[in-house]
Amino acid sequence: MFEKEYDVVVVGGGHAGSEAAAAAANMGSKTLLITMNLQNIAQMSCNPAMGGIAKGQIVREIDALGGYSGIVSDTSAIQFKMLNMSKGPAMWSPRVQSDRMRFAEDWRNMLERTENLDFYQEMVSGIVTEKGKVVGVKTSLGLEVRSKTVVLTNGTFLNGLIHIGEKQFGGGRAGERAATGITKDLVELGFESGRMKTGTPPRVDGRSLDFSKMILQPGDENPQKFSFLDCTKPLTKQRPCHMSYTSERVHDLLREGFDRSPMFNGAIKSVGPRYCPSIEDKINRFADKDRHQLFVEPEGWNTVEYYINGFSTSLPEDVQFKALRECDGFENVKFFRPGYAIEYDYFPPTQLLHTLETKLVDGLYFAGQINGTTGYEEAASQGLMAGINASLKVQEKEPFILNRDEAYIGVLIDDLITKGTEEPYRMFTSRAEYRTLLRQDNADFRLTPKGYKLGLASEERLKKMEKKKENAGAFVQFFKNTSVSHTEANPILESKNSATVSQSDKMFKLFSRPEITMEDMRKIDAVEDYVQDKDLTFEELQQTEIQVKYAGYIAKEKNNADKLNRLEGIKIPKNFDYSKLKSLSYEAREKLKAIQPATISQASRISGVSPNDISVMLVYMGR
Amino acid sequence: MKHNDTIVALATPSGAGAIAVIRLSGDAALEIASGIFTSVSGKVLKEQPTHTIYLGHIKDGERVLDEVLVSVFKNPNSYTGEDVVEISCHGSAFIQQEIIQLCLRKGCRMAQAGEFTLRAFLNAKMDLSQAEAVADLIASDSEASHQLAIQQMRGGFSNEIKRLREELLNFASLIELELDFAEEDVEFANREDFQKLITKITQVLKRLIDSFATGNVLKNGIPVAIVGEPNVGKSTLLNALLNEERAIVSEIAGTTRDTIEDEITIGGIGFRFIDTAGIRETTDTIEGLGIKKTFEKIEQAQVVVYLFDAQEFKVSGSKIKIEIEKIKNKYPRKPLVVVANKIDRLPKNEKTNFIDILTPHTSHLTPISAKTGNGVEDLKNTLLNFVNTGALRNNETIVTNTRHYDSLLKALEEIQKVQTGIDANLSGDLLAIDIRQALYHFGEITGEISNDELLGNIFANFCIGK
Repeated sequence: MFEKEYDVVVVGGGHAGSEAAAAAANMGSKTLLITMNLQNIAQMSCNPAMGGIAKGQIVREIDALGGYSGIVSDTSAIQFKMLNMSKGPAMWSPRVQSDRMRFAEDWRNMLERTENLDFYQEMVSGIVTEKGKVVGVKTSLGLEVRSKTVVLTNGTFLNGLIHIGEKQFGGGRAGERAATGITKDLVELGFESGRMKTGTPPRVDGRSLDFSKMILQPGDENPQKFSFLDCTKPLTKQRPCHMSYTSERVHDLLREGFDRSPMFNGAIKSVGPRYCPSIEDKINRFADKDRHQLFVEPEGWNTVEYYINGFSTSLPEDVQFKALRECDGFENVKFFRPGYAIEYDYFPPTQLLHTLETKLVDGLYFAGQINGTTGYEEAASQGLMAGINASLKVQEKEPFILNRDEAYIGVLIDDLITKGTEEPYRMFTSRAEYRTLLRQDNADFRLTPKGYKLGLASEERLKKMEKKKENAGAFVQFFKNTSVSHTEANPILESKNSATVSQSDKMFKLFSRPEITMEDMRKIDAVEDYVQDKDLTFEELQQTEIQVKYAGYIAKEKNNADKLNRLEGIKIPKNFDYSKLKSLSYEAREKLKAIQPATISQASRISGVSPNDISVMLVYMGR
Repeated sequence: MKHNDTIVALATPSGAGAIAVIRLSGDAALEIASGIFTSVSGKVLKEQPTHTIYLGHIKDGERVLDEVLVSVFKNPNSYTGEDVVEISCHGSAFIQQEIIQLCLRKGCRMAQAGEFTLRAFLNAKMDLSQAEAVADLIASDSEASHQLAIQQMRGGFSNEIKRLREELLNFASLIELELDFAEEDVEFANREDFQKLITKITQVLKRLIDSFATGNVLKNGIPVAIVGEPNVGKSTLLNALLNEERAIVSEIAGTTRDTIEDEITIGGIGFRFIDTAGIRETTDTIEGLGIKKTFEKIEQAQVVVYLFDAQEFKVSGSKIKIEIEKIKNKYPRKPLVVVANKIDRLPKNEKTNFIDILTPHTSHLTPISAKTGNGVEDLKNTLLNFVNTGALRNNETIVTNTRHYDSLLKALEEIQKVQTGIDANLSGDLLAIDIRQALYHFGEITGEISNDELLGNIFANFCIGK
C-alpha cells in the first residue's frame, strides 16, 4: 500500500512536519507525511498567533526560502501588527493573530496541492535501522514503511503526560493520545533523552466576557503581511484583542491551590521555559508584583472561543476557574477547557549536525520540540531545514547550512547543536550577534537566491526580490549623487528641529540625520518626482530608507561578521582526536569531544572553550 | 588562513637592554610604520623593497620618540610570512612602551602570547612537526601571563572593572528587555540613569588609561627609600644596582647629607631610589634634620629598603631591631626589605646569628655584599616581585599590563560611541551594538561574556512572558 521506498518520511504533521514535508516534496523527493490524526495537521496547540519579536523575522525567512508558513499566516490572519516600530529596523517584527481553524485548513490544502507528497494516518512506533543507517519506520499496527531518510517531528507527543492539578494522564495534546515506542528505540540506538515541560492557558467562551471592562488592542492601521509574494494581500478588516489584569485577590485565590499544584508538589520534575512562566510561577517568583497582564485573543473570525494569553497554568481546574472570575471582564466566564501543563521527551540537540541529521544514525533528522525548542516559528524553520537537507542527502548534494550572520534560522540551529538547551529554547533578537543584518525587510535579499538555487523558491519570487533590490539600490544612489539647495532643504529641516545648512548639500547627508524620514525627503520635488517616475512600492521606499539611515551600523556589523567568517572557513575533520591535544584545557577537551564542532568558529562558541584553546586547535588544523 | 589585523609586540626580551626590537606583522604593518616613521633619507617606507633597512625617527605627531633603524620584510619572505616591520629602538622600557602604544593607537593590536610564531606556522613558515612545541608554548606562555595578570589585578583594578562591567551588563539587559519583550509589563532602561553610568564609566576608563605604567610607574619610576645608618653602604649599594659610580662614596660616615635620587631600571621597570640619612637618634643637629627628612622621604616612597652593616649587628643588633619595628609600625602597609650589607667581611657563624634573630621581624631579609655584588640580584628580584604581585598598589589603581591597557583603550572607544548614540537619541538596538563591543573588551580583562548571560540576567530579574 506504500511506495516501495520513499525518499523522505516525515513523522508528525505539526509546524515542523508540515514544512519538512512541503520542502522535501517541492525539491522532488518522494515524500510521505505520516501522523496520528490527519484532521489535526498544523494545529496551533497554544496561542492563535504567528510571528512576534524575532519569531516574525523567522517566518519572513521561511517565506523567503520558499516555505509555506508565511503564506498560511497571511491567509488565516485576523489581525496584523508590526511590533517595535519605535526602534531601529532590525527590531521591527511582524505578528498576526490567526484564525486557528483556517490556519490548519489552509495548511492542509496547500500540502494536498503539493506534488510528490503522500499522506498516511497512523502512529509511528519505531525506527528501522540497518548498519547505523535509517531505512524506514514501523507503525503501531505493525506496518513497515521503507525510506532513505526519516524526519522526526513529534512535538510534545513522545510519552506526553498532561497535568491538571493532581490529575495526570497520558496525552500529546488536549484530547489526543501520546505516542510511545520511538523514545525507547532511540535510546536503544544510543541516544540520550530528557524531559521538558510546557503549558497552556484556559480557553473560554467570548459570550461570557464583558469586553467593556477591558482595554481594546486593535491591529495596525496600515497592516502589512508576511509573504514576499503577491498571492496574499494585507488585511482589509481585522479583529481586535483585549487586555485585562490579574489582581492581589486573584493571586490569593491561585495561592490557595498551590498545595495541589503539580508545579510545586513535585509531580512535574522537568524544566519549563523561564520566559513563558505559568501564572502560578509568576506570582511565586515575583511576589512583589500586584498584577499581571492578560491578553484576550480571539481564536478566529467567527468562533466565540478565546485564548487567555498570560494565564498559562496547571492548577486544578476549579482553582483556575475561581481565580479567573476575579479578573476584570471575567466575572461570568465560562470555560471551554482548562489550562494544563504537559511533559514530553526531547533529545538534547547537541546530538545533531548542522543539517539536523543525527550524528548517531545516518539519514535520521530531528526538527521542532523533539530538539528542545518551543514555538511554531522555531519548529517550522527546523522542519524546513530538515526537509531540505533530507532531500539534498537523497540527491547526494552538498548540505544546506545557514550561518549566524545569514539568518535567525542559522542562529537557532547553531545555538541548539553547539550549546544545547536546558529549557525549551525560544528565539530572541538578543541571541543573534548580528541582528542588524537579520532584518525582516531583507529576508528575501538574504535567502531567496539560496531558496531558488535549492529549487524551493519560485522564479517569480526571485524576480520580485531582484527588482526590489535594484530599485532600492538605484534610489540610494540617487540620494548619494543628488544635491539639494539650502533654500529647499532648510524649511524641511526646521520643521524637524534639525540644524539648517548654509549651502546646497548631498541629499544622502541630510537623509542620514536620525530625525529626517523618507516622508520629509519626499517634500523635495526632485525626490517625489523620482518616486512617481519609477513608481516605487512601499517596500522599495522602506528598503531605501533603511539602507540610507542605517548604512553605518549595517557596515559595522558586516565587518564584525566577516571576522567570524574567517574562522567559519576552517573546518575541523570528522572524528578529530582531541585527546592528542594535550595543551587543551581539560574542560575544553571534554566539551569538544562531546559536541564535535564542525568548524573552528563553532568551537569558539562552546562555553568552556577559551581563546587559548582555539589557538592551540588552529595550530593543529594547519593552514 | 588569512589574518587581516596587524599585531605588534616587543620581539626582544622585556626589560632594558642596549637595544630593543619591536615587531609589527600583518597587512597594515607597512602602512602603520610609514605613518610613524620619518627616514633620514626622505624615503617613504611603504614604497621600499623587501629586506631593506632605514635610519630615521619614530614620531608621535611632531614629537620625536626615538632615533631608530627600521627593517622591511615583505610577505611571504618574513618570519611570519606576512608583511613585517621591525623597529630597532633604544633599550629603555619607557621608549619601548611609548612606541608600542603609538602603534596600538595607529591601528595595531597587541599580539597574543606566541602569536607571531602561530602566524608563522599558519603561513607555512614552520614544519608541522613543530606544531606540538608551538602549541605547548602558547599554552604555557598564556598560563604564565594569565597568572601574572591575575596577580596584577589583585588590587582595586579588577574589582573596579568587574563592577563597571556588571553595571553595564545590567543596563545592556534592560535594553535587551526593551527590545525582546517590548509588550511586557516591565520597566525599561531609564535613559538618565544610563547617561550617568556612561559618564561614570568614561571617567573611570580615562583614569585607568592615564594610570598606565608608562605614565606613572615607568616614566617616573617607583620611589624606593633606602634607609640606614651613615656608612652602612647605601651609596655603594646604589652603585651596585646601577653598575656605575654616581652617588658619592666615601668611608666617612654621614657623607650623604642631602637626599639623592637615582633612577635605575630593573627588569624593564623603573625604580627611583631615594638615598636618605638614617633614623637613629642623634644629638647632631644636621643629622637630626636628616632624620626628619628621612621620614618625609619614606612617606613618599612605595618601597622601603632598610640597610644595615652586618658587621655591626653583634654590637647594635637591638637598635637595628628597634628601627625595623619603628618603620613597620609607622608604615604597616609599605613593603619593607631588610638588607644586611658587607656580608663578605663577616665570619660565617655571625651570618646565621643575625638571620635567626631578624627573621621573625621581617618577611624580606636579603644578605648582600654591595661591594662584591653578592646577593644584589636577589634584591632586584625582591623589588620586581613587589611590582608583579601588586604589593605596591595601596589604594591607587594602576594599570601595568599592556594588554589590559589595549582593552581599556578599545572599551573607551566603544563607550564614546555609546555616548554619541545617546546624544543622537538612538534606539536601543543600535546602542546595543556598541555596548556589546564595550562589554566584550571589558570581558577581555575580566573573563568571558556571552549573550546567554544577558538573557539569564533578564529571566532572573524580570517577570516576563505571557
